[in-house]
Amino acid sequence: MKPIRLAHVCLALICFVAVPAAAFAQAGDQSLQQEIERLRAEFDALRKQYEERLAALEARVAGAGQATEAPAAVPAPVAPASPDTSIAVQVGQAPGTPAGSSKVFNPDISVLGNFAGAAGTNPMAEEPSLSLTEVEAAFQAVVDPYARADFFLSAGPEGLEVEEGYVTFTALPAGLLLKAGKMREQFGKVNTMHTHILPWVDRPLVLRNLFGGDEGVADAGLSLSKLIPNRFMFVDAIGEVYRGDSDVFHSEERSKLNYLGRIRAYRDLTEGTNLDLGTSYAFGPSALVPDFNAQRIGFDATFRYRPLRRAIYRQFVGRTEVIWSRQDLPAGERQNASGFYVSGDYQFARRWFLGARGDRSGRADAADLHDAGGSVHLTFRPTEFTLVRGQYRHTQYAEGIDANELLFQINFAIGAHGAHAF
Amino acid sequence: MRVFIRLTLLAAALMVTAARPSAAAVRVVATTEDLASLAREVGGDKVTVVALAKGYQDPHFVDPKPSFILEMSRADLLIVVGRELEIGWLPPLMTSGRNAKVQPGANGYLDASANVKILEIPTGQLTRAMGDVHPQGNPHYWLDPANGRRIAQTIMNKLGELSPTDRAYFEQRYAAFDKKLAAAESRWDAAMAPYKGTKIVTYHRSWPNFMERFGLNVIGYVEPKPGIPPTTSHTIELIDEMKKQGVKVIVVEPYFDLKTPQSIAKQVGGEVLVLAPSVGGSKEAADYVGLFDYDVNAVVAALKRTTGK
Repeated sequence: MKPIRLAHVCLALICFVAVPAAAFAQAGDQSLQQEIERLRAEFDALRKQYEERLAALEARVAGAGQATEAPAAVPAPVAPASPDTSIAVQVGQAPGTPAGSSKVFNPDISVLGNFAGAAGTNPMAEEPSLSLTEVEAAFQAVVDPYARADFFLSAGPEGLEVEEGYVTFTALPAGLLLKAGKMREQFGKVNTMHTHILPWVDRPLVLRNLFGGDEGVADAGLSLSKLIPNRFMFVDAIGEVYRGDSDVFHSEERSKLNYLGRIRAYRDLTEGTNLDLGTSYAFGPSALVPDFNAQRIGFDATFRYRPLRRAIYRQFVGRTEVIWSRQDLPAGERQNASGFYVSGDYQFARRWFLGARGDRSGRADAADLHDAGGSVHLTFRPTEFTLVRGQYRHTQYAEGIDANELLFQINFAIGAHGAHAF
Repeated sequence: MRVFIRLTLLAAALMVTAARPSAAAVRVVATTEDLASLAREVGGDKVTVVALAKGYQDPHFVDPKPSFILEMSRADLLIVVGRELEIGWLPPLMTSGRNAKVQPGANGYLDASANVKILEIPTGQLTRAMGDVHPQGNPHYWLDPANGRRIAQTIMNKLGELSPTDRAYFEQRYAAFDKKLAAAESRWDAAMAPYKGTKIVTYHRSWPNFMERFGLNVIGYVEPKPGIPPTTSHTIELIDEMKKQGVKVIVVEPYFDLKTPQSIAKQVGGEVLVLAPSVGGSKEAADYVGLFDYDVNAVVAALKRTTGK
């Protein structure tokens, strides 16, 4: 039955009910008139509801037709210059709503593989000649109207672990965003990045020496973020608290927690360039010297250039991070160390990226020792789902060891389309 | 003391006056300039509209910049193209925007594709070996004015829901837009009529709705598969096919490199035609009707040159 035909039937019914009602009303019975008005409103609502359901049914039939005969299935065209708002034109199938199937509530699933290798001698580094260094399975979905959940399970040579697993409450008042679970600490830029997002095969020396080794720092905790509204730029203030179970901060005591604060400021300079600045501070029980505290202070700056008309062919990202380490020692002494990296990555063709990185870092456990190094790397990215990267790395260790290595990786992803890195 | 009270009252009055327009206007964030233009057509001065992606950038590859997070955090209504067009950049903005009003399922979230005609909904087994295929159909559906009308109608209904007191105003704006669009459609149809059935080639699969609406026949693509850059073997095959079928025009989006299309055009003795795939894709395509004015005029001029009709 077409909605218009239903409308006629409804109209007849309304007349059937309303006309005698009007006669009674004229007789002066006001309460009866009110009752009839109520009934009429109910009837109108019922009619509208049925019309909508019919329209939705038609849309589903049209959608099914398209699915089997696309692109032949053509909707009834909307009559031009006819602002008929009562009958919605339901043509396409609403995305993600194949009614009756519980599968639509399954999370987005993707699996990423990182196959890496190394050639050359380096007695100080542990990268094997060939290795499937990581398989990461991601499960991501909206939980309910108030939250979403993200799980990243990582299987590497050391076994299966939850790299991250957290719930994000997206509907809090006052511009707040709360995350709870196990997650990467929002200290600087690189620590928040999963391995497959990194622009290099390895993590920079300063991160490896002072903040979490080859994998970075992830821990169980809470993260609260607040946008600071102002006219000039995007400012996000983040406060986090973690259990203290990482390579940097560690304690079995419940009262000794790892605290972190971060301020991020971002501004578009032009439509194709922007500047992203951040400063981070982390404090907690030291993993190196039990019963003493450690601090990390970080500063990061990122400059991006991506001309919008040629965004798929050209971009440049220049980045630096500086990290200071403060390690408390017995007898009131303190051991300080610091380091930084500077990197630049340039996309010179649709699938090709060339980059370089300079590294220098002290060691958290030996203030007198400094390592330095440099890398150049070339990345070929055939699609969004694979990349092949080669990296030449030169490192001068404080022990007097010079290492020259060739690193490479093949990164590949299957499953749901993830968000692009920024 | 009296002066202080007066000043306070004055300041309060100024704040109320200043706050009134912004409080009344529905803040709309649209992911593309096409949706933004349609929202402006319907919303008039009862809405403020911001578009995230520019009309001259590839809408598949937009950076989720923090400046967009700010826009998302302030929005009353988010209008998306849907059909996974924004899948690579919108989800992190929605989370970071921390705005309950515009999360999927909330009243302020509007998928513009719900009521439109979608083409190229794939059937059978899908794999990424087919390139960057969209499982929910071709997302470039706004390039058919009939779909533009449907989107405008959907926006009208949604704005009426969000601001019931202005419903009549939105309906009246929609009616005026509908009339303007209908008049323009007659103009475009008349201009394109002589070229019905003409064969052309496009770079990406951005144009099925446009070509179907105006009766042009796309016989091939510069991309061997959606999202995959041109390859030599495919380009040679395409040149052969174009020569065989006498195809002279290659339609390209403003964000693709012109090198391959130009070399193909040279081989077949044809020309490259850069069209605006979205409002803002060229300076002349300043709004939704202007987009079709620009594209139709450009297509007609190119076909006139190459076919002699």
